[in-house]
Amino acid sequence: MADDPYQVLGVAQGATPDAIKKAYRKLARAHHPDLNPGKPAAEARFKAVSAAHEILSDPDKRARFDRGEIDGAGQEQAPAGGYRRQAEEAAGARYGTAPPEGMFDDLLAEMFARQRPDGPRAGRDESYLLKVPFASAVMGATEELTLPDGRVLRVQIPPGVETGQVLRLRGQGGAGRQGGPAGDALIELDVAPHPVFRREGFDLRFDLPVTLREAVLGGAVEVPTPSGTLRVTLPAGSDTGRQIRLRGKGVAGHGARAAGDLLLALRVVIGPPDAALEAFLRDWVPEHPQDPRAGLEASR
Amino acid sequence: MMTIEMLCLRFAALTPEDLLHWIEEGHVRPDDQAGMLVFREIDVERVRLILELRDILEVNEAALPVVLSLLDQLYALRRRLREAGIAVDETA
Repeated sequence: MADDPYQVLGVAQGATPDAIKKAYRKLARAHHPDLNPGKPAAEARFKAVSAAHEILSDPDKRARFDRGEIDGAGQEQAPAGGYRRQAEEAAGARYGTAPPEGMFDDLLAEMFARQRPDGPRAGRDESYLLKVPFASAVMGATEELTLPDGRVLRVQIPPGVETGQVLRLRGQGGAGRQGGPAGDALIELDVAPHPVFRREGFDLRFDLPVTLREAVLGGAVEVPTPSGTLRVTLPAGSDTGRQIRLRGKGVAGHGARAAGDLLLALRVVIGPPDAALEAFLRDWVPEHPQDPRAGLEASR
Repeated sequence: MMTIEMLCLRFAALTPEDLLHWIEEGHVRPDDQAGMLVFREIDVERVRLILELRDILEVNEAALPVVLSLLDQLYALRRRLREAGIAVDETA
């Protein structure tokens, strides 16, 4: 099924012969195959444009196409692009004397020196992206990375890595040539966020929910940390926002760098309605009455 | 191989006067065989190209030598690159 010649030339159905000629010339200039030796697609495009023009430039053929008597195939024009096939072969020397021989020798020598195939050449560095679970970035781990060629790299993740950091695995990139060394694998890390813990440098932050009883009376509570569950003793009268620092329980140490801390911020949770608690509070007379909003007015 | 008469029969838009003028200007370079002009396949295609440049692309008389010269340089470069590519393949 041939294309609609109006669409090929990009003109309206009612276009004047002048408009058709203009559109045809414009497209022919852009796609003439002899002017586009490096673009094979230009030839097909030029043929389609010529065939469309063949139909639309002939009032008789155009009318028959409009009535649907012929399709858009039209008659094949003399094939353009014959010159470029000749000109690139040895025969082209007949017309190719314009640039003195040697005009491009410096350029060519430069190009081929850069990719001289003799002598050892190092392989390319290859870049990869590795998603790292939050816990692995905090404690360090070994993650596996499957390469496009099926190889599996075991990547040592040191504790404390951050998103965007790049690890270099020597000799794991592209193969070298002629005995040259292999390139490196450059592995960019993407550390997943954690729903509860937040990284702040090498410290971790965590909002610890506590009950009203735990906040008022204090006592031991169990706290999940990346390095396992810890028992933490809360002091009595721990208000919301109170911060507890667990030294060395943040991001694990690495080499000379000491481990970070885990900072807990307490958050009192009252929980569902409790009749006994309500009854108690109704009758309760505070030992030291206080207004937690005292001083807020002054700042208005 | 073609004579000038065959060539003018081949292209309806071509007159012997145009062709002789192009030969004079060096745009078309047929062989001279015992006083008779003989056109090879590349010359025939070159005549077609010049006709298309003139009649379809509206390249005028004055611009024609410029366009042909640039095309000649382009094809000479492509030929050189291709030769150089072949040479590299052979040494690899």
